[in-house]
Amino acid sequence: MPKMINTGTTVDMKVSMAENLPDANGHFGPYGGRFVAETLMGPLEELRLAYEHFRNDAGFMAEFDKDLAQFVGRPSPLYHAERWSQKLGGAQIYLKREDLNHTGAHKINNTIGQGLLARHMGKRRVIAETGAGQHGVATATVAARMGMECVVYMGAEDIKRQAINVYRMKLLGATVVPVESGSKTLKDALNEAMRDWVTHVDSTFYIIGTVAGSHPYPAMVRDFQAIIGREARAQILEQAGRLPDALVACVGGGSNAIGLFYPFLKDASVAMYGVEAAGDGIETGRHAATLCAGRPGVLHGNRTYLIEDADGQIIETQSISAGLDYPGVGPEHAWLKDVKRATYVPITDTEALDAFHALTRTEGIIPALESSHALAYATKLAPTLDKDKIIIVNLSGRGDKDIHTVAAREGITV
Amino acid sequence: MSRIKACFDGLRTRKRQALIPYITAGDPHPSVTVPLMHAMVKAGANMLELGVPFSDPMADGPVVQAACERALKHHVSLRHVLEMVREFRSRDDHTPVVLMGYLNPIEAMGYTEFARAAHAAGVDGVLTVDMPPEEAHEVVPIFRAAQLDPIFLLAPTSSDERIAKICALASGFIYYVSLKGVTGAGSLDVAAVTTKLKQIRALTDLPVGVGFGIRDAASAAQVAAVADAVVVGSALVRKLGEFAGQPHKIEQEVVLILSQMRAAMDV
Repeated sequence: MPKMINTGTTVDMKVSMAENLPDANGHFGPYGGRFVAETLMGPLEELRLAYEHFRNDAGFMAEFDKDLAQFVGRPSPLYHAERWSQKLGGAQIYLKREDLNHTGAHKINNTIGQGLLARHMGKRRVIAETGAGQHGVATATVAARMGMECVVYMGAEDIKRQAINVYRMKLLGATVVPVESGSKTLKDALNEAMRDWVTHVDSTFYIIGTVAGSHPYPAMVRDFQAIIGREARAQILEQAGRLPDALVACVGGGSNAIGLFYPFLKDASVAMYGVEAAGDGIETGRHAATLCAGRPGVLHGNRTYLIEDADGQIIETQSISAGLDYPGVGPEHAWLKDVKRATYVPITDTEALDAFHALTRTEGIIPALESSHALAYATKLAPTLDKDKIIIVNLSGRGDKDIHTVAAREGITV
Repeated sequence: MSRIKACFDGLRTRKRQALIPYITAGDPHPSVTVPLMHAMVKAGANMLELGVPFSDPMADGPVVQAACERALKHHVSLRHVLEMVREFRSRDDHTPVVLMGYLNPIEAMGYTEFARAAHAAGVDGVLTVDMPPEEAHEVVPIFRAAQLDPIFLLAPTSSDERIAKICALASGFIYYVSLKGVTGAGSLDVAAVTTKLKQIRALTDLPVGVGFGIRDAASAAQVAAVADAVVVGSALVRKLGEFAGQPHKIEQEVVLILSQMRAAMDV
């Protein structure tokens, strides 16, 4: 463990315990847990035991590390965006380049981990839900490489918005099932994947793409994604000789954010900002800013913040970015918000698009619309800090998949 | 004594099994629900399971999901469902009513407020499908204090240890989910159900109901031979969907299915 630099701030008792959460039943304070029908309790327990076993198995972890290095291409670079920092006129911005991973986003870190676990558990079929399609592609990729059957559930609306990723999954041999129920987006795809799992639990491993769902998923996905923060921490210490002052990452379900945040939780001097999709603006009601504007409830197997109406019905969310268009959020983020270890802020579609263009023009990097939300917040934060301050932004994915969305928004036919 | 216990005690002396139909409240229209509840009792139902519509019914199949969507089009909330039970109670004071649904609408209303209002409306039991015993420790005492029986599910995947734990927490009856899957899917394996029920009965004296996969008189009779109660849901809800545009025909369709089941069970 590298020594702590800048120990000026006291770490709150609850925060100092953060690394040890969740508890045995999967709770992060009042959040998380296992809120599923009895039929799934057995399979979840089987998964928990398998994960507990293999995470402590040197052979398994060596296999995981090898895949991350040789198949995913890790470590991903930490890049000092000097020109952009200069333009913003404040803190120095470093980008954690998860967009350079194989398949173009951070999602692959987790699917490699769960894919390996599935193989070790003897499951021959994997299923997944996907919003933007990034997790679906990452799952289909791993399934192709491991020779497993793969079924991806995707909202019919999202299929329209993400045609390229849908085709990519099909090329990789996956079956993409359009989900026509409810709002036809990520939440409904998740419902459908859960139904598949409960029906085929003996043969099937459900690869959840974010830090949501029932225990052990939020902890397991976090652990697989924590490679982002571990690398970033070592890289900034090497490049700048000190810890960053702030971390910024977008939050839909929150897996790229928790992956970056988790290895820094004990570093009290490092501020953390989770950036949520404010869509047309929180005041319009057309948004997906769960932690900024929602309240605690129970959905998809865990207790967390939700966007719901007064009767507890889940409301359709809205964001230009399919990957952030989700009415829940990982339970660990809910807890980090309540204990004030992380701050959650909203960014609108328009602000995200501005940042998308700014980074593309200034640094020659086309970011995903999801990551553009994080970049947009960095645009606001950097000028408020001195030039010797450091912000790390998680550039969680590349923007190729979003080219058509951006063009359409600007009235251009590609 | 709770209406549920009285119901099972009465059936036991007559050596009969309970027929428990499920419908989603407000499906396909709020005006259908209360008259249909009375009609189902007349057709031989001993207890009623009333579904509380939820936007994301993860443990249900497409049939019940569609029912939720039809009800939610009319903005049927948990408070409306309680109103329906109150209305039902004004003409029927003995048939137990169990609410079945998901935790979030109850959490949104507040557990204590819900329990008080549900008891006042005449609800007898509450089955929250996404609340396993591990997450029930705060909620169950609140339900009990309001004389609501907490009903829990058991599944083919439940171990002896879990069965014992769940039965210790439950009252009223135990609901055995006969297959791995969602509501409305698959078909019944009677031999497997019989074996599992033996395992369950060795661990509890509570009446055991069986649901999932019961779709006609024959399967109802097979289950009645081994269980204390037969729960039928999707087979009825399918009719509610089919005749959503002609609600006057729903009663007759549902009554037909239930009377056939009743007759087959009582042979």
